[in-house]
Amino acid sequence: MRLLKLVPDNTNIGFVRMRWVAFAVTLVLTLSSIALLMTRGLNLGVDFVGGLMMEVKFEQPVKLDELRATVDGLDYGSSALQNFGGPDTVLVRLPLPPGDDAAVQKVVQKVQAAISENHKDASFRRVETVSGKVSDELIRDGIIAIVLSMGAIALFTWFRFEWHFGVSTIVALIHDVTVTLGFFALTQLEFDLNIVAAVLTIIGYSLNDKVVIDDRIRENLRKYRQMDIGPLIDLSVNETLSRTYATTMALTLALGSLLLLGGDVLFGFTAAMLLGIVIGTYSSVFVSSSLLISLGVGPHTFAPADTGAAEKVGSR
Amino acid sequence: MLEFSKVKIWSIIAVLVAGFIFAIPNAFPEEQVQAWPSWAPKKQMNLGLDLRGGSHILLEANAEGLARANIDKMEEDALSELRRAEGGAIAVGDVSNRGGRVSFLVRNVDDVDRAVDLLRNLSMPIGVTGQRSFNVEVADGNRIVLTQTSAGRTQAMESAMTQAVEVIRRRIDELGTREPTIIRQGSQRIVVQVPGLQDPSALKQLLGKTAQLEFKLVDITADPADVAAGRAPAGSQILQMADTGQPIAVKRRAIITGDQLMDAQQTLQQGQWVVSFRFDSAGGRRFARTTQENVGKPFAIVLDNRVISAPNINEPILGGSGVISGSFNAESSNELAILLRSGKLPVELKVVEERTVGPDLGADSIRAGTVASLVAVLAVGVFMLVTYGRFGVYANIALVLNVVLILAVMSLTGATMTLPGVAGMVLTIGAAVDANVLINERIREERRKGRNVRAAVETGFKEASRTIWDANTMNLIVAAVMFAFGSGPIKGFAVVLTIGIVTSVFTAVTVARLFIVNWLNRKRPTTITI
Repeated sequence: MRLLKLVPDNTNIGFVRMRWVAFAVTLVLTLSSIALLMTRGLNLGVDFVGGLMMEVKFEQPVKLDELRATVDGLDYGSSALQNFGGPDTVLVRLPLPPGDDAAVQKVVQKVQAAISENHKDASFRRVETVSGKVSDELIRDGIIAIVLSMGAIALFTWFRFEWHFGVSTIVALIHDVTVTLGFFALTQLEFDLNIVAAVLTIIGYSLNDKVVIDDRIRENLRKYRQMDIGPLIDLSVNETLSRTYATTMALTLALGSLLLLGGDVLFGFTAAMLLGIVIGTYSSVFVSSSLLISLGVGPHTFAPADTGAAEKVGSR
Repeated sequence: MLEFSKVKIWSIIAVLVAGFIFAIPNAFPEEQVQAWPSWAPKKQMNLGLDLRGGSHILLEANAEGLARANIDKMEEDALSELRRAEGGAIAVGDVSNRGGRVSFLVRNVDDVDRAVDLLRNLSMPIGVTGQRSFNVEVADGNRIVLTQTSAGRTQAMESAMTQAVEVIRRRIDELGTREPTIIRQGSQRIVVQVPGLQDPSALKQLLGKTAQLEFKLVDITADPADVAAGRAPAGSQILQMADTGQPIAVKRRAIITGDQLMDAQQTLQQGQWVVSFRFDSAGGRRFARTTQENVGKPFAIVLDNRVISAPNINEPILGGSGVISGSFNAESSNELAILLRSGKLPVELKVVEERTVGPDLGADSIRAGTVASLVAVLAVGVFMLVTYGRFGVYANIALVLNVVLILAVMSLTGATMTLPGVAGMVLTIGAAVDANVLINERIREERRKGRNVRAAVETGFKEASRTIWDANTMNLIVAAVMFAFGSGPIKGFAVVLTIGIVTSVFTAVTVARLFIVNWLNRKRPTTITI
């Protein structure tokens, strides 16, 4: 049986030579993501801004404008309506009314009654209300979780390898996270708690790639003491390239089936993850490893302190 | 790396068999599993509300309100302690209760030491730190200042919350909903989850009410003009009638409160819905005495500071039971009866988050999640097969075993599977093969370098293991952070991810190696296709 080989044996691509182009692309991607975040901003869900959200499904596709007119006619503040997964499902968002829970309950009932009146086929699939206090905490916890896991990773890479690896990994991770957020600013897909979980997972799996390559660089640095750092990094990246390819392929297949078949609620989540996996692979292959050169990694980086002494003894 | 002792082989097999046994119940409907013989494993995974539909409600206690109530109680206790003091009542004056402290003047300077001793005894020691529930200080010679300590506040909140959980449980049980989950979250929040509940408004009605029932005498000396203007005579307060909203003056001190109720039921009396109640024996005696002393006067039945009704006491009520009539219908009388039976909440609770998922959406999500998982396994399986041949098959067996083990661990530990959890599962399917990819690629490389089959496999496993450990340790760190700081969906995702990381290292490294070693030992191949 002949097996599929996506990356031929003895592939030798000059990643290091391309590094200035890659750095430029990375910088442009990161900066434009930041610009997008600042101008368009994220389409934050009720998890993060507080408010009331309901998912309504109709048997027929429904006109958003009509529905918006119905909801706005009730005068409960500025509503936001968007299709969700298809033309027959709509997300309705409203600010929380002042007052206690009874006031919220009243708004929910009034809106449902008004929609049902015009559309007999409406079914209310979910209702979520989040108070401003809780949403502030959710934002805070989300930011803490992302920053903390990045910090923990930087420490671990530093401890397990050397500080250069910690720095290059974190730079690449910041790029991965920023570009993913930029994607959400661009597409205006709803950014909710699930997406924070997706971002954390992207951090985890982008890291996987980087550890595998870093591991190989360390191994080769110990093995080939005389080799220049540029070719050595190229060798390491190329040696691990077929693994990088195969794993990315497997993840893409799994996530792809989730994206196409996993239902509407998970769509944004899966899209984020899929994009993140691709971005993470890019940054591992093109950016973080080449960045090590700029940070001054060389054969001396992993030379055990006692090796020098041992050699001296031997030469005597 | 290629030797397995007998003990090791059998323990691996034992783990896998146990995995299958505990995962199996998940493949069958719940009713069917319950009918299995008693020795069969029956534990299924918990499904989150997003998968089976239901209501999730997050309640927050009103900490300020509780602190204020506690300070009022501290004032009341302190003053009554001084009134009943042994060796003669201690007279006090100029009582002020403001800014979290109570202060008053002791009329006779000679009494100050006695008063301080009494009050210090009244405060309760808390924990091992020696802090007391409140501090007693003397200022300007004869002014005594009582301040609540932070330990006192924390402890008050703690006990109020423990009680609140109990009260909520009783109220929800009364509604007859099945399997509610009621758990404390943090210091002042309670999560209530009721699967299958579609319209949570009735539930929220029950949860949002303090249900403090008080019987108070109506202040008949109050000037009607003053009452209309909202001014109450000393010792009285203005409350509103629940149905009409009219103001009424009642005495501040309650004759008796709902704490002493034994039972409450909704009853139909002359075509009107009323709530009948019965006091415990102490409460009944007290009720009898007060009604005897106040025949002919009106008293107010007050619920959460609103007057339900204010009937006249026509004759002493000696049996310890009575009825509350007002403008009730079947629903509201039942609600009041439930509230009275379950007792009052020690602290006011507010709904700060609510999520309700309909059963259709949940069922859709389960179906979509299952289909996506199966397709993911299939797609990844085919990919592994065409890429690594026989070694891909071993990786695929490990993959399926991994899914089985995840399900088994989730069932055994009673962890909850949520929609993000399903995503975590699919992701794990993709990620679990990474370990096998690493190993297989390494074996390929070693073969290219000209090593013989056995040596290539051995080196492949050895070299790849280090990388696998590094990568999975980091992923565990991320999952731990997610679990610690994540709420709701993030937690559900982190749980599955964590379990998946651990089981995948076992299946992808240990189990796959066992298969490969077994094959090598039986066939002794001199060449391999990889």
